[in-house]
Amino acid sequence: MRPTITMRMRTSDEALALAAASGDGEAFGLLIRRHYDRLFRFAWRLTGSQHDAEDLTHDICAALPAKLRSFRGEAKFTTWVYRVMMNAATDRARKSQRRAKARDGWGEDYKRREAEAEEARAAQDWLTTAMSSLPEELRETVALTLGEELTQKEAAEVMGLSEGTIAWRMSEVKKHLRALAEQEGI
Amino acid sequence: MSDDDDLKKLARALRDAPAPKDSAKDAALRVAEENFARLQETDPAARPSQDRATRPGFLKGLAMTFSNNLRPLLLTTSSLVVLGVGFVLVQPNLRPSFEDAETQAVAVEPMLTEGRERVEADATEPVIVESLVEEPVIALKEAESFAAGQSRLQASPAAPKVQGAIAQRSIIAPRQETRPVIEPPNTERFPDADPNTLKITSEEPVSTFSIDVDTASYAFVRRSLNNGQLPNPEAVRIEEMVNYFTYDYPAPTGDTPFATQVSVTETPWNTGTQLVQIGIQGELPAIADRPPLNLVFLIDTSGSMDSSDKLPLLIQSFRLMLPELRPTDQVAIVTYAGSAGTVLEPTPASERAKITIALENLGAGGSTAGEAGLRQAYALAEDMADDGDVSRVILATDGDFNVGLSGVDEMERFIEDKRDSGTYLSVLGFGRGNLNDALMQTLAQNGNGQAAYIDTLSEARKVLVDQLSGALFPIAQDVKIQVEWNPAQIAEYRLIGYETRALNREDFNNDKVDAGEIGAGHQVTALYEITPVGSDAIRNEPLRYGEAIAATGSSELGFLRLRYKEPGAATSQLIETPITGTPGKPGFAAAIAGFAELLRGSDYLENWDYGDAIDLASQSRGTDRFGYRTEAISLMRLAESLSN
Repeated sequence: MRPTITMRMRTSDEALALAAASGDGEAFGLLIRRHYDRLFRFAWRLTGSQHDAEDLTHDICAALPAKLRSFRGEAKFTTWVYRVMMNAATDRARKSQRRAKARDGWGEDYKRREAEAEEARAAQDWLTTAMSSLPEELRETVALTLGEELTQKEAAEVMGLSEGTIAWRMSEVKKHLRALAEQEGI
Repeated sequence: MSDDDDLKKLARALRDAPAPKDSAKDAALRVAEENFARLQETDPAARPSQDRATRPGFLKGLAMTFSNNLRPLLLTTSSLVVLGVGFVLVQPNLRPSFEDAETQAVAVEPMLTEGRERVEADATEPVIVESLVEEPVIALKEAESFAAGQSRLQASPAAPKVQGAIAQRSIIAPRQETRPVIEPPNTERFPDADPNTLKITSEEPVSTFSIDVDTASYAFVRRSLNNGQLPNPEAVRIEEMVNYFTYDYPAPTGDTPFATQVSVTETPWNTGTQLVQIGIQGELPAIADRPPLNLVFLIDTSGSMDSSDKLPLLIQSFRLMLPELRPTDQVAIVTYAGSAGTVLEPTPASERAKITIALENLGAGGSTAGEAGLRQAYALAEDMADDGDVSRVILATDGDFNVGLSGVDEMERFIEDKRDSGTYLSVLGFGRGNLNDALMQTLAQNGNGQAAYIDTLSEARKVLVDQLSGALFPIAQDVKIQVEWNPAQIAEYRLIGYETRALNREDFNNDKVDAGEIGAGHQVTALYEITPVGSDAIRNEPLRYGEAIAATGSSELGFLRLRYKEPGAATSQLIETPITGTPGKPGFAAAIAGFAELLRGSDYLENWDYGDAIDLASQSRGTDRFGYRTEAISLMRLAESLSN
């Protein structure tokens, strides 16, 4: 009667997470394979660096077995894991005492990297400049809304804030970007 | 370009995220699975068929998922169904009983030192479950359905009808399964701080730091050693270990709220240097005169607190404290888990039964909404405050403190604002494996409070009861110490500990810069290791082109300046004392400092080892009325055998 892996491919994240929390290794394996890429991309959107994103995702994966025990199935797994990731990113930045400089640090390795195409490089430079111009909380907000394509309601849930705050933050983001565009225009 | 175009451009750029490298992905997945497997090995509780289901929060989530029947396929996960059953069996014993404080103390203590498994005395005694709560019944019913076949499940996605009869009576289960202590991968965090280095007096004659009355590090070290492990060197903060003990300092006289004593001794580990011990003794105002106290207990009830060395110990600790309170004092309780909530509205301390009931009804479950809880606790504390009252939020947590999205910086500012408006914060840490020591320190420092680590009920008594007056009644705040060493006498010096409390030289006279507070009766001890001019222990050659040091003619070793503010005052007062004297014999503080240096792996100890620390501590033990020093010596012995 045990469900086969194929059957479980359709099992919800939440059910897998709860099963994993209770010791089901197969469920855990399915769950992390299902979400690794998403987590990595989110980490990249938070840090702007392939290297940091890999490290951060690695740390999350390592900590997830223990962390999962606090997953209660009350929120969606993705909501929960985004929150775990965001806290880990914050802690990491603080721990390495780069917090003060984190603002300048977004996209560090892109600055060094030889761009293959001029156009791609220009786009990347703009992104680095734009993200670096945002304070941390706005950067996290855009990573969730624009990057992960969460609705404002979903982003609010991840961040433990009201929907109104997210809306307000997005208008702040627009202001920052407008200021940036004006600067470039000069 | 319109604003929305800007956003679209940003969205496009962000979505164009690179792909992860396969090597990184493989490594991460591998480590995840290894850790998962390790966790199952070390924690039999995680197996689906056993007491894994003892966490109410977890089961609530599970039962909710069942009852909503969101996805019928979910039920094909057999382990989940079994879990539901497991929950039914152990539900009646989820909350420990606190009928008798002393009995409980005995039950809590041994498991902290003995290790993995604690078997309740009545572990095998069967118990018949008479009645069952609704949620598990639903889970059971689903288990039943599952056995009956999947097709039926999928055909009836509507909420299950509760067939209570199936689950009632006649379920025989052991009262309590073996209750192992969960040992998940260690996620404890400590502040990064490099040990203080040796300074050359002629180059940097002034040393400035804030006092620190925390003792959390000592309790942490004790727990680790009792557990058979040398502590993480980063967890060892020398000043906190030294300050765990009280020393024989004179009581203050006159108007100053504290007395300062400076003594010079030989250095146990280096014949060429000396130790300067600066001791501060806070006055103990007559307890009868103390102002009414408003306490808000902010209690972490997240799922991770559901461990016998956490929530039950915490509840016991607070119960110990209640008899010490006066009828004019007020107590309120706020919990935070998935959401923050007020469990007990402000209640006069005279209604002890009501407070006790509120404490005993706490149960762990849910994830952590620390920030919301903190805000709520402060709001309550402000409501409770009358003129002249002392208000304090006491945060009790295992470190799973989710600062929310506003981040640590904003949280610090928030606590600082509240501190300035007269509400202070103390932080009590519980449990192991997850303690965010760095955050505890930060919060308590910004809230003018004490951070303590509670590992046993006796430690709870020490922190909360013996020192209740001290921890809760500040007598001086923003206490800063600055020592100017005399380069004509002292070639080199080194502040022992206080790494996380360093201040800039100019901060000393700046009253806007925050520093530590002293509570009633508190003691603070700071040690410097100094190398006199001409000693063969000088480590730095004099500069060939440096200026010759002018002899000042002063025989003073240095000059101690101390600044403090009266509670609530905006401007500081200054106390000045020259440091003089011929070295005497080193005392117990030196033994503890040396012990801490050994645990940290210090470079300054020459060949001095644990055996020497034990000798020195034994010689200087004194009367040791409460046995704290004797305990320290046995910890040194443990460290000695573990380090070999």
